This record gives sequence, structure tokens and C-alpha cells, in this order.
Amino acid sequence: MANNPQLDANGNLKHLLSIEGLPSDMITAILDTAEPFTEVAEREVKKLPLLRGKSVFNLFFENSTRTRTTFEIAAKRLSADVINLNVSTSSTNKGETLLDTVDNLVAMHADMFVVRHASSGAPHLIAQHLEATRRPNVHVVNAGDGRHAHPTQGLLDMYTIRHYKRDFTRLTVAVVGDILHSRVARSQIHALTTLGVPEVRAIAPKTLLPSDVERLGVRVFHDMREGLKDVDVVMMLRLQNERMTGSLLPSPQEYFKFFGLTEAKLALAKPDAIVLHPGPMNRGVEIDSAVADGVQAVILPQVTFGIAVRMAVMSMLARG
Amino acid sequence: MKILIRNGHVIDPANKIDARNDVFIAAGRIVGVGQAPNGFTANRTIDADRLIVAPGLIDLSARLREPGFEHKATLESELTAAVAGGITSLACPPDTEPPLDEPGLVEMLKHRARNLNLAHVYPHGALTIKLKGQTLTEMGELAEAGCVAFSQANTMVQDTQVLLRALQYAATFGHSVWLQPQDSYLAREGVAHDGEVASRLGLAGIPVLAETVAIATVLQLVRSTGVRLHFARISSAAGLALIDEARAGGLKVTCDVSVNHLHLCDVDIGYFNTHCRLQPPLRSHSDRDALRRALADGRIDALCSDHTPVDDDAKQVPFGEAESGATGLELLLPLTLKWAREMKLPMSTALARITSDAARVLGIAAGTLSPGAAADLCIFDPRAAARVTRESLKSQGKNSPFLGLELTGWTRYTLAGGHVVFEQR
Repeated sequence: MANNPQLDANGNLKHLLSIEGLPSDMITAILDTAEPFTEVAEREVKKLPLLRGKSVFNLFFENSTRTRTTFEIAAKRLSADVINLNVSTSSTNKGETLLDTVDNLVAMHADMFVVRHASSGAPHLIAQHLEATRRPNVHVVNAGDGRHAHPTQGLLDMYTIRHYKRDFTRLTVAVVGDILHSRVARSQIHALTTLGVPEVRAIAPKTLLPSDVERLGVRVFHDMREGLKDVDVVMMLRLQNERMTGSLLPSPQEYFKFFGLTEAKLALAKPDAIVLHPGPMNRGVEIDSAVADGVQAVILPQVTFGIAVRMAVMSMLARG
Repeated sequence: MKILIRNGHVIDPANKIDARNDVFIAAGRIVGVGQAPNGFTANRTIDADRLIVAPGLIDLSARLREPGFEHKATLESELTAAVAGGITSLACPPDTEPPLDEPGLVEMLKHRARNLNLAHVYPHGALTIKLKGQTLTEMGELAEAGCVAFSQANTMVQDTQVLLRALQYAATFGHSVWLQPQDSYLAREGVAHDGEVASRLGLAGIPVLAETVAIATVLQLVRSTGVRLHFARISSAAGLALIDEARAGGLKVTCDVSVNHLHLCDVDIGYFNTHCRLQPPLRSHSDRDALRRALADGRIDALCSDHTPVDDDAKQVPFGEAESGATGLELLLPLTLKWAREMKLPMSTALARITSDAARVLGIAAGTLSPGAAADLCIFDPRAAARVTRESLKSQGKNSPFLGLELTGWTRYTLAGGHVVFEQR
């Protein structure tokens, strides 16, 4: 296998493509770097000069409001110039290839690409292309590719867990829902196992679990009540509308009955367990409103921390 | 034209010859091995000292891309690549554009190939019109035009009633049918072997079940129809086991594997290497090892390149969007020899899989150096080592998962019909 494409020869972060392959001290360094950035938002002047003069291109081939916005805020708080491109509605419809789009933007002196794409591996392809065309100073941040990875989401989830729970090595964490199609779940699982969480559970019906998922280091449960027993952290996943009825699941109602997070099911977890969700939530499908709005939910803090974590990633990439 | 190939190490698996010998050629045919025919005087002598003299290689699957995909490759570029790889006969699947579903297209292809005078081309006719799996083609007419078998290329007939009838009809006339077994529903949207690698990379999986379900179905239909059936590109140990079992029960089916599946597995996809996007998908280590063993002991009949030239534009995209296939004509020989060395097999056994065994599967009189046979030969240097690079490949397709790898055993001369069609300078 080729060298880790995310790290340079000195082990510094060159691109952020996936959490898989990042050493645990790199993950910890990102979380530590994010820590002071949470305070920037509390200041009157919410800006730092770390990316001043840099151009960050938000290259979104798939629709997203929340992730794009938080990346935009993060880059602007670091004083970067931010250009948003919704490519799904522009040049690729005219037949331009992904790499042609990238070459054009590089010619406009882009310093960083924040990429979201429906195909797994698209950010890797861009990073490889930048290597092949000798553009060592242009960085790629994966903002979600297909089912593969959403590393900044995984990192902000780790930040949130660390904020509330401190020590990863004493936790039991459950990831619940559509793991098969979820890039978030994969990034979470890699982050949790890398940081030394002794028990990561995957709770889902068999139709929503990838093959050999145990090899990623998780314990599989099909019964949510059993899987939530005594966990410290519950990480809920979003169920896409188009998957609620069909050959994967019979109906959203039945899904909610067996895999939706209700107060009754949450009561099986530790009393101080926290509940995460990457958003946007489907209330009444994967999560009951009483839980989503309850005291154990840390869903809104996740969003706040997400900006700090993205600032950390971008500043570390720019520093080289 | 009389040619003497002198002092070479002749390996002719069909005749169990494995010794230093001279080979005599006249009027496009082999006229003697070892012993010169009376009054033979050569117009040309090829010094084959330290070289292996083998029958011309036979490739059971090579896409030449004409008609329809000339931006990916042309007959001329690919047949030039074929003879550079020591291949003198090749079968091509019918998935051109338009597909080979009418006699005129087949005649044109044969005619154009003949004019190039490089390797012999054996087209497969489409089993159904436009390969759509709905309407049978005129198999009789296509056979007269030169089709040696009928296939669906790398798709399946989804409708099992149509499939049954296609096999019945082919069996009526004794035509051979080649199928690449993959249930299209189970493989739907899949782009890689359904296992740990695909799960990590977030690639939609094609389960082994897609192969085994298709094989099980086809085997039932073969039992019922008695058709001559060849399974093209087996990819899994479980699929192989079903074929083994059927053969043990007396069913006469054959199967092949591609060089890619002999040397690679899903782990080689690495960080989304689109050169490893193949059809069928690269499967697990243990599947690959089972295929390697089965080819060694003959449970898999033959080995092929499954040559599929793909243009860069169709590969420089995310993995799931990439066109599947790898170029392979020029790598068939060195990759066969690599497998043989790693498995500690005699070279004659390895060469049989790409000469005499392939000829048997294809049903053609080739793949041997018997006196009277067409003088198709591959003369290669078993010690020559070279790195596979884009520049070194004559094929228009530069899409090889083996780029950068040093391989041993390269062709020095290729003769087809008694003519030297390739000579390494």
C-alpha cells in the first residue's frame, strides 16, 4: 500500500482525508489545538490572523448547509478568504471533470480545498492529483465523501466526548443506526478505537451494517436495549429519507420502534450518559424529541465545538 | 518462406516436449521439431539460444474496442500489443458499440483483423440482441460469420426464462456459451468485493453470493439443456467449489480466471486505486489463493488477460465512478510465469494454461507445435526483467494495476502463420 497520503515526510498533517491512519497523538493534537479556539467565539472580535491572505475553496459537489456553513465560519474566523462553490449546480453539469475543476481553481491560487462529494475517495483523488502535479502547498480537507469518511465530524464528536467524559480509555460507546451508509459512523469508529475506547458497540439491523464490520473493532448488537446497557455515550446516526422504506427497512415507524432512541431506552445507559447526533435530526424516526431536547443531549454543543475543531484542522494544515 | 528456429528450449505442453530443439517452419506451418525435414534450407534463421520456444499464446478474453470505442483503443493498437506479448490468437467479447449481434459486424471485424495480419481474432457473438438479455441473436448466422462462442460479455441475462431458452437454442446447434456469473440484483450498485476493505473505504459491495447464486442457477440450466458452457472469470473460492462439485458429478463445464485475480486482491485497492476497479471485483486473499491453487491443478482450465483498455479520463475519477478493467495483453506471459514461479510449477504446466488448455476451451486448432499445425509461436527470454511503465505498453490502454512492478519473462519474437509479426529490437 502507498504511503499515508495525509502526512508529510515529517509526520505533519498535509491533508485531512480520513481518521483511519491518523496516529492517536495527531488526533489529540487536533483536539488540543481546538481547545483555545472555542474561546474566540466568545470575544468581541471573533478573528485570528492565522489564515490571513489564504484562499479557502468550499468545493461542495453534494448539497450541505450545515457543514459548509461551519467550515465557512471557521475559515473566516481564521481570516481566510472563503469562496463557496456548489459544483453540483455549476460546471460538472457542463461535463467538466472533477480534476479539471480542481486545476482551474489551483490556477486561481487556491490554498485549501474543503471537499464534499457523493463518491467515496473523491478527496483522495484530489490529493493524489495535487501530489502528481507538484502542488505541495495546496491542502485538502474532506468534508464528507460517499460512505467513506467525514473526519471533521468524527473529530468534533471526539472533542465533545472529551469535553464531557475526559478519559477515553474508560468508556463504553454505542453507535446506533444506519452504519452501512454512514461516513460519520466510520469516522467515529476509527477515532474511538484509535483513542483507546475499550468497547465500541454498533447497534443496527443487519440490513444497515457493512460486511465484516467487526473487523473495524466494534461489537455488534441488533437489540438496542441490550446494546445500550451501561454505555457512557450514545452516538445516533441520521437515517436518510430514501432508506426508510424499501428493501432495507419496512417503515420509519417500525424503525423508530426498534432503533429509535427514546427516554425508556436511554434509561438503560449509564445515568450520566450523553447523546450525540451529527444532524440534521429526524425527530420521531431515529430520535425522540424528548431525548433530543433532554438534558443528556449534547447535540448543540457539538455544533459549537465543530467550528473550533475545523479551525484547528485548517490552522494545522496551513502551518504545515 | 522457410524459417529455422535454432537452439531454443522448446516447450510444447500439448506434445509433452520440454527440451532443447530446433523448430522448422515452411509455408506457414510447423514442418518439424528436432529433426529437419528432407531438403530443408532456411530463408531465415532465428537464434533462440537461451530462449524458450513455445506455441503462440491464446488469450481467452481481450477487448479490442472496435467498433465504437476507438478513443480507448483500436484493432491496430491492440493487436500490435497482443503480438508484442506473444499472443497469436485471442477471443474478444461482444461488448463493442454496437455489440457483435449481427453477422455483418463480425465479418467486418474479422476482415479488418485479417488485413492487419498480426494475431488471429476469434469474436464471441452476443447471446442476445444488444446484450440486453431479452431477444436471442441469430446464432447460426453469427457462427457462419466467424463467432466461436456466444456470450453476454460481463453482464448476465437477468431473466432466467430467457437464459434457459438461449442455452436451449445454443445447445440445439452445439454452440458454446460463455457466461461471467454474477447475479445482477445482488451486485447492483456494487463496485468492490463486499468485505472488510469495501466496508472501510465506504464502497458499495458485491457479495460473493452474487457469483455463487449465478453459478448455481447456470449449473441447473446446464444440467437441463446439455449446453457446452464456459464460466468466464471466476473470482471466488465458493464459486469455484460449486463448479468443482458439479464436475465431480460428471457435468462438463469449463472455467477460466484472469491474471489480475491471480495476483491481486481487494487489499490492493489501497487508497482507491482505480486500476483495481475490475469486473468481477478483486476478492479476498483467501479467494485469490484458492484460484491460484485451482489453476495449478487444472480445476480452472485456463488463464486469460481479460484485457480491457480504458482511457485515462475514465479512470481519473473517484473509484466508484471509474470504468472497470485493466490492460493486460502484454502482461499475460510475465504474470503467468510469475504465478508459476511462486507456485513452484514447471513452466510447461504454466504455459499449457495459456496455450493448449486455452485452445481446448476455445475449441480451436492452435496452441501446439505439432508438425502440420499453423506456425504460431512465442519465443521469449525467461530471464529478461523489465519494469511495467506507461511508456513500455504498446496497448493504447495504460490502465494497469501492475504499473511500476518489475516482471520477468518477455517476448523476443512472435510468429503468426509463419510470419514474424513481432521482433524485439
